[in-house]
Amino acid sequence: MTQVLVFNVFNGLIVGAFYALMALGLSLILNLSGVINFAHGGFLALGGYLAYTLIPYIGFWGALVVAPFLTAAIGLVVERLLIRRLYGRDPLYSLLLTFGLAYMFEDGTRYIWGATSLPYPVPAILTTPLSTEFFFLTGYRLFMVGLVAVAVASLFVILSRTRLGMRIRAGTLDLETVSVLGVNVRILRNLNFGLGIYLAGLAGVLAAGMLGLAPTIGASLIMPSFVAIIVGGLGSLPGTLLGGLLIGVASGITTVFFPSATEAVMYVMMGLVLLLRPQGLLGEEGRTQ
Amino acid sequence: MNGLNKQATNAAVWLVLLTMPYWMGAVGGYTELACRILVLGLAAMALNFLLGFTGVLSFGHAAYFGLGAYGAAMTLRYLVPSTPLSIVVGVAVGTLAAAIIGAMIVKLRGVYFAMVTIAFGQVFYFITFRWNSVTGGDDGLTGWKRQALKLGFTTIDILGNDKAFYYTILVLFAVAAGVMALLLRSPFGRTLVAIRENERRARFLGIPVEQHIWLSFVISCLFASLAGTLYALLNNFTDPRALYWGQSGNFVIMAVLGGMRSFWGPLVGAAIFVVLQDYVSTQTENWMSFVGLFFVLVVLFFPRGVLGILRRKAAS
Repeated sequence: MTQVLVFNVFNGLIVGAFYALMALGLSLILNLSGVINFAHGGFLALGGYLAYTLIPYIGFWGALVVAPFLTAAIGLVVERLLIRRLYGRDPLYSLLLTFGLAYMFEDGTRYIWGATSLPYPVPAILTTPLSTEFFFLTGYRLFMVGLVAVAVASLFVILSRTRLGMRIRAGTLDLETVSVLGVNVRILRNLNFGLGIYLAGLAGVLAAGMLGLAPTIGASLIMPSFVAIIVGGLGSLPGTLLGGLLIGVASGITTVFFPSATEAVMYVMMGLVLLLRPQGLLGEEGRTQ
Repeated sequence: MNGLNKQATNAAVWLVLLTMPYWMGAVGGYTELACRILVLGLAAMALNFLLGFTGVLSFGHAAYFGLGAYGAAMTLRYLVPSTPLSIVVGVAVGTLAAAIIGAMIVKLRGVYFAMVTIAFGQVFYFITFRWNSVTGGDDGLTGWKRQALKLGFTTIDILGNDKAFYYTILVLFAVAAGVMALLLRSPFGRTLVAIRENERRARFLGIPVEQHIWLSFVISCLFASLAGTLYALLNNFTDPRALYWGQSGNFVIMAVLGGMRSFWGPLVGAAIFVVLQDYVSTQTENWMSFVGLFFVLVVLFFPRGVLGILRRKAAS
């Protein structure tokens, strides 16, 4: 029993790390540009599939490095061509546009790579269980948790220490003033979008190794990311991280006791948070308006 | 002039709707397609009550649509073989859920409101998806059919006669549209528009904004769940896809495509969307890409919708 519980908590933590990685990207874009990027799941799937295609040429490690950057590059182009036109308009329009993009990404990956799920090759060094008692503790899972931790830490360093990061944070608070101070807001939003998509691409590569690849992988991960943002607190990146991990672990624990409610539990949590603390766990008051 | 114009539009819409089953075949359609336009049009109009006339962005109306569908389907499957009763139960279930969820979210605005409504929609999706023994899970709920209407003096065979079913839907559609139009013309409806135009000013005037938005949300969901019950009856089947967020997106695009600022806009949008989807899905397996592309093109080139453009042309 304890073993099952530990297994599921750990599993939940891994899934929560995915949610968090994806939700952080969504949050970055939402905070600075006011766009809910529905296509985020599509970018995630794209990251995974690009890595899958690259592996025969540059190997597992090469794909792990290159694929997220490629995804981010595609993100930069999409922002430049489509999403940029909708800043300042009713959020309805960016929502609909990215919604359409999500459809196109899902169908496009199905068209190119096929509807059946593909196995993602992981080096043997990472797949062997580390101990017989905790059989689920494979190297890949530990590696993944480690990598997510590094990615999240780097993100926070970028945001707090680099010029780009400071501008992003300042723009989140008051974009107009940042613009008046001579920062090119167009480029800032473009790079910020790319940064968010990079995180989605990275999550996609990691998720591919864990869950395998299917065209619907993005659609199945995007809703929990929304919940993570709402639970964690609108406008707060640490909150988003916390929200992602919390709902992951909560689903993991629920799997043990009441498997059919695995997905529903995160929505119950969201309902409770909205009732008791509408701005989210770490959100500032007033951001909900 | 404007009043006359409005009356002419109303007359044209009703004329088209009343005669639709008779010319649908001649232009390559079929009666079921006409029913689908009417039902999804009602859902889009219900959504637009909130979206276009209250200015609140809900992206989760499929939840209430789907609850209506399951309410009706499960009533017919497990409780009583009565079509009117199934509609009543479906609408009650959807409205009740909306009343509860609405109370939790009325304080949120803009993108956050949208995000929370999307996320809440998924709860019901997972419930129907997982609760196999009752809802049929992913395969959907089968083993039931809509029942003939027994009116005491006569019986209307809405199962075998598709035209009879179309006109039954049309009657309910007319009642729903009439109620919505009356509400929008009442002081309550005018207040909703005032909130849409300037929420802060409305609040300063002492209008209880949250209460109004909650009520608008519940009314909107009531008619969305009515559309849902009719959708289930139309197909004699329902599955979790009726509650999926993709369906919510379809309702929003219908409203935008037709024109959010006009009463009949969403119906026009629904007609275009349904016919296009019907056509594309017979032509290619990759209809999802086309629907997605359609979303992108509408946002980039027709943000005001068909009726919005027509009205602008007429004004200039």
